Amino acid sequence: MTGHNGPMDNVRPLVELSRATVRFGTLLALDGVDFRMYPGEVHSLMGENGAGKSTLIRAITGVISLTEGTLALGGERMHFTSPQDAQRAGISTVYQEINLLPNMSVAENIRLGREPRRWGVIDGAKMRQEAKDVLDELGLDIDPASLLGSHSVAVQQLVAIARAISVDVRVLVLDEPTSSLDLVEVGELFRVIRELKEGGVAILFVSHFLDQVYEICDRITVLRDGALVGEYFPTDLLRIELVQKMLGRDAPEFAERGRLESAEVRENAFLSGRGLTSAAGIIDADVDLAEGEVLGVAGLLGSGRTALARAVTGVDGLAAGQVQIEGRPVRLNSPRKAMDLGVAYSSENRRAEGVLGDMSVLDNITLALQAQRGAFRRIKPARQRELAASWADALGIKPTDLDRPVRTLSGGNQQKVMLARLLALAPRVLVLDEPTRGIDVGAKVEIQNLVSDLATNGLSVVFISAELEEVLRVSDRVAILRDARIVETVTSGTLTVESVLALVAHPASSEA
Amino acid sequence: MTTTTQATVKPGSTAKATMSSFVTRHATWLPTFAAIAILVVLLVGAQVRFGNFLTPGNMSALLLDNAAVIVLAVGMTFVILTAGIDLSVGSVMAFTGIFGAKLMSDGVPTAVAIPVMFACGAAIGLLIGVLVQYFNVQPFIASLAGLFLGRGLAFVVSLNQINVKNKEIGWLQSTRIGFGNWYITPTGIIAILVVVIGALVLQYTRFGRTIYAVGGSESSARLMGLQVSRTKILAYVISGFCGGLAGLLLTAYSGSSAYPRSGIGTELDVIAAVVIGGTLLTGGRGYVLGSLIGVLVLGCINTIITFMGAEQSWNRIIVGVLLLLFIVLQRAIVSRSSRTG
Repeated sequence: MTGHNGPMDNVRPLVELSRATVRFGTLLALDGVDFRMYPGEVHSLMGENGAGKSTLIRAITGVISLTEGTLALGGERMHFTSPQDAQRAGISTVYQEINLLPNMSVAENIRLGREPRRWGVIDGAKMRQEAKDVLDELGLDIDPASLLGSHSVAVQQLVAIARAISVDVRVLVLDEPTSSLDLVEVGELFRVIRELKEGGVAILFVSHFLDQVYEICDRITVLRDGALVGEYFPTDLLRIELVQKMLGRDAPEFAERGRLESAEVRENAFLSGRGLTSAAGIIDADVDLAEGEVLGVAGLLGSGRTALARAVTGVDGLAAGQVQIEGRPVRLNSPRKAMDLGVAYSSENRRAEGVLGDMSVLDNITLALQAQRGAFRRIKPARQRELAASWADALGIKPTDLDRPVRTLSGGNQQKVMLARLLALAPRVLVLDEPTRGIDVGAKVEIQNLVSDLATNGLSVVFISAELEEVLRVSDRVAILRDARIVETVTSGTLTVESVLALVAHPASSEA
Repeated sequence: MTTTTQATVKPGSTAKATMSSFVTRHATWLPTFAAIAILVVLLVGAQVRFGNFLTPGNMSALLLDNAAVIVLAVGMTFVILTAGIDLSVGSVMAFTGIFGAKLMSDGVPTAVAIPVMFACGAAIGLLIGVLVQYFNVQPFIASLAGLFLGRGLAFVVSLNQINVKNKEIGWLQSTRIGFGNWYITPTGIIAILVVVIGALVLQYTRFGRTIYAVGGSESSARLMGLQVSRTKILAYVISGFCGGLAGLLLTAYSGSSAYPRSGIGTELDVIAAVVIGGTLLTGGRGYVLGSLIGVLVLGCINTIITFMGAEQSWNRIIVGVLLLLFIVLQRAIVSRSSRTG
């Protein structure tokens, strides 16, 4: 049964959705989709944000129920009314946003709800041992008794995966499991996925990383606007075709633009930092940023990418070093101060430090501008609307309804709202930390193009991303970080993904 | 933030790593350790100041005078750990106390009256829990309603003190089991048992761990497939049950008498004790043992002020200051751990 490469007539599908339809009010989120997964296959669900991927996943995992259509598991009709029902039936899920308990131990996060008990009492030692075994399987060497909240996002994501595979799982649903993992960790995850696949588990793998999809998946189902586009084998489907199917049109082309030369930058640095050091994890960093330049930042997770961003934007205080703007030394001791000096920061953590989900698109866009003006110089509602509408239009925020709560927008559009808010302040420097994380291919290219346009118009941008291709594509120069230090700043034209990887991973790669 | 804690992923253990692993393992105990430290400072300080403070008699009294509050604090800990609050405990204690006393003075056997008291407390807790869970009422408001309900019912039962003649009730308080000059009454034993059972349930049962899970993140707990609704409601039921038990202990403590006005404002002392004991009002962190310590800290301050012959109003001020200190301490710990997280 293992190793087969797709639907075979003699194998019964493990998961079968027939004519699955989900309506939220008047919104048709899933429109009569047929979807099948077979035991022992890795199946990828592809589509832009809003295509219905999350809805389909949540229908399978019992979070929502189908309005019409049927769900069958191993040929048996299922009516899940809660995630528990689905879990009991052998469906394990790792959600995109880490849904774990930071106040509890790693072991409990892995085993709670299925913990070993003796006479109704939890067997702590056995639970920690079980957790340890799963963690070992994932190559994660952490203390199972430590608090989950004390670990990095990447470790937490691995713990979420550990929880999902720590049971007798028949169907494993992984929604963007790799969004904060580094290459080594992704490798470990893929090894585990392949083992589970050998054991006959059906794995639904949702990722925006095309490379990963092509590396691990046996079949690809493409959704668009809540409807099924088709089911394909990766071997028969070129990437460009896949993207076209997802978008329903040709992929937006990345617009190349002229690159700046290093020498120019040094001469005309708008913002420069010398010896920047902060407790958050950046040591003795020198940065120069010219007007209209995009400075990429590349490095492994934990190399100090975010710490660097937070150091130049006043979020973290500097332990040592000096920032100059237009040659004048400045003290950036708060994000507010940085904004007053024209330095705006967009956090990697969109949900926690970015958009305000329950507020409208309009309010989210005008918020920072109003805050900067102060409460006594209120922007008139009509002016606010005009302002928000112009930014929403310029950035292509969809849907165009400005009164919708931001949380109802797709990740890519939320990111645009956040950009619009910062741009409304007319900043001189924009520091973007993972602006394209967790958003779909089309939106990614749109954001990249936007950054390019902004730079062409004289804005300086610091562009941080875990995706090296994108960093190289967008940036004029790339600062390469390793172990909290900038090891080199190189003109991006001279770099390839492989050469950056070599620089980024240099001594650390042998350790892993 | 993903950049700060690489050390935890890499192997290679140093003394520093061991230390930080100790801290990450036990960070949640820090506020409770602080409460223990304060209790020790208070006890030692009072002994130095008065010379006759740390006597077996005085220490035994410290426990026994606060038996009812200790029981309430255990129940409150369950509720606060789920990120809720229960304002009803003082009046539930009064209502169950006076209702039980009424039943007993009307000739209902003790063995029937006592379970009825517990059931009444639990029923009010159930009502609050259902309001919170199924009607989405804020715990503050739902339990405020419970507070008024309990107090009202207490006055419905009787406007005046009711004395109980059942010897079992007297036995609870008058029996002294001594070890030298140390002594304990059945009420004290009950309070300690409640603490021990509460601690064991919270630490070692699925229900107890689910309480912590709900307080950590209710939506995560739900997606992890835990029984969120049942657990939350049960937390309020336990708090109500503890209210009923405290009603019994208070009746015994008051010389087999119950008053409809007893326990006014007790809920605030109980909440203060739980917070001082290190339980986070935002839920998910804290220990029953801490709540016991919190009650003892408050009791100790009370005793010290009596010893000094000072105005009892100072008691309130000191408790207020302590509460403030502890909340600041907790914020510091939480912001520290969320920064590394």
